[in-house]
Amino acid sequence: MNGIHDMGGMDGMGPVEPEENEPVFHETWEGRVYALGRSIARWGRGRNWGSFRFALESLPPADYLRMGYYERWFTVHVNRLLGSDLVTREELDSGYADASRPRPELLPAPATRGLGSGLLDVEVAARFGPADEVRARNLHPRGHTRLPRYTRGRRGTIIRENGVYALQDTDENGQRLGDSPQHVYTVRFGAQELWGDRASARDSVYVDLWEGYLEPA
Amino acid sequence: MAGSEHKGVGRRKFIKETAAGAAGMAGGAGAAGAAESAQERHEHDHDHQVVPDDIALRVRALESILVEKEMIDPAALDAVVDAYENRIGPRNGAQVVARAWTDPEYKARLLADGTAAIGEFGFLGAQGEHMVVVENTPEVHNLVVCTLCSCYPWPTLGLPPVWYKSAPYRARAVIEPRAVLREFGVELPDDVEVRVWDSTAEIRYLVLPEQPAGTEGLSEEALAELVSRDSMIGVARVAAPPESAA
Repeated sequence: MNGIHDMGGMDGMGPVEPEENEPVFHETWEGRVYALGRSIARWGRGRNWGSFRFALESLPPADYLRMGYYERWFTVHVNRLLGSDLVTREELDSGYADASRPRPELLPAPATRGLGSGLLDVEVAARFGPADEVRARNLHPRGHTRLPRYTRGRRGTIIRENGVYALQDTDENGQRLGDSPQHVYTVRFGAQELWGDRASARDSVYVDLWEGYLEPA
Repeated sequence: MAGSEHKGVGRRKFIKETAAGAAGMAGGAGAAGAAESAQERHEHDHDHQVVPDDIALRVRALESILVEKEMIDPAALDAVVDAYENRIGPRNGAQVVARAWTDPEYKARLLADGTAAIGEFGFLGAQGEHMVVVENTPEVHNLVVCTLCSCYPWPTLGLPPVWYKSAPYRARAVIEPRAVLREFGVELPDDVEVRVWDSTAEIRYLVLPEQPAGTEGLSEEALAELVSRDSMIGVARVAAPPESAA
């Protein structure tokens, strides 16, 4: 989706502000939200809760910019738990689990050929190889995509083939489009191809892109 | 849609907190009425619960509900927090860098297959399943960003700092990396090539910074002490220790 999250190349965001001796978590609750996210992920199995990233990207843009990182995560966790009926609004309001409701059951994980992090143990013919000239397709899906807006329609060169990965894109409701195994390539874009004369001719941006995002140039 | 659900959360929270705040002020009939209507929404016997009025309380409420439902184990949450606060952090990546500086064969393995070479230290796992290491040299400077969110190599660097996840860094690193680097104190001559790695897929990147001049005789342990998190993201150089710089 063409959301506020897809920030590459935007102006007006101000200076980068590093913090000296920054703690891992600024508040105790931030650590709980992070750990909670890793613990509840398994409860989504088979419940059709939308992709985490799509849910983050779907926050209203003004809220996305106003909220801190872990506040965004917390909001999305709550939305997904409510949406899958694992937790009710009344429970959240009271702070207590409703004892009259049945205990949630963990659904079996879908069968997967995954090797972790989207890498798949499948053979798929590669359409492109190193040094091939490609163009990022001019795609504007309503769901989650890993094709950054600033690369669309731009020409680049494949420098590496990284293996076969499950596509992480979703439909407009945040549902995964299936594994759709595809090669992922590292594509080098000249900085001036992306940014014109605002960039140095010497510089470049490297982006890892699924095969379906690319066409021969 | 997640977006409209979120708006719902916000509105209800606003109403509820307004009601709670008004009730707390012991105001007139209007305030008391608002407090009652907030209570009426509770369909069971837990009306004594203090209404969470900030995010810390809301997070605690969610955690305790999920524990009651036996969906999560609070000890597992403790363990995750402890791991990232105390063990999984940039000291891991610094060990990898120091090994590469002192062992040319290791460096060759690291640049050829980052995942396998980092795996020699055991620094794999979530967000480190597929690692690529890029080397800074006098001719080439590498910089890592995730313009779409916050992708970052957790096992070698820990969780990302706020600035890495912030709008300014995500927006600017790809279009004006030299200006961003200048703000971090790294001034690059025009003839140095800048390579920005936008890690938006499943591959995670670690920068192998240049070893500072004059540190060739230092032990691997002493070198690891010099390596900063920021140098492995690519926004800083590794500074020589004061004694060797002198």
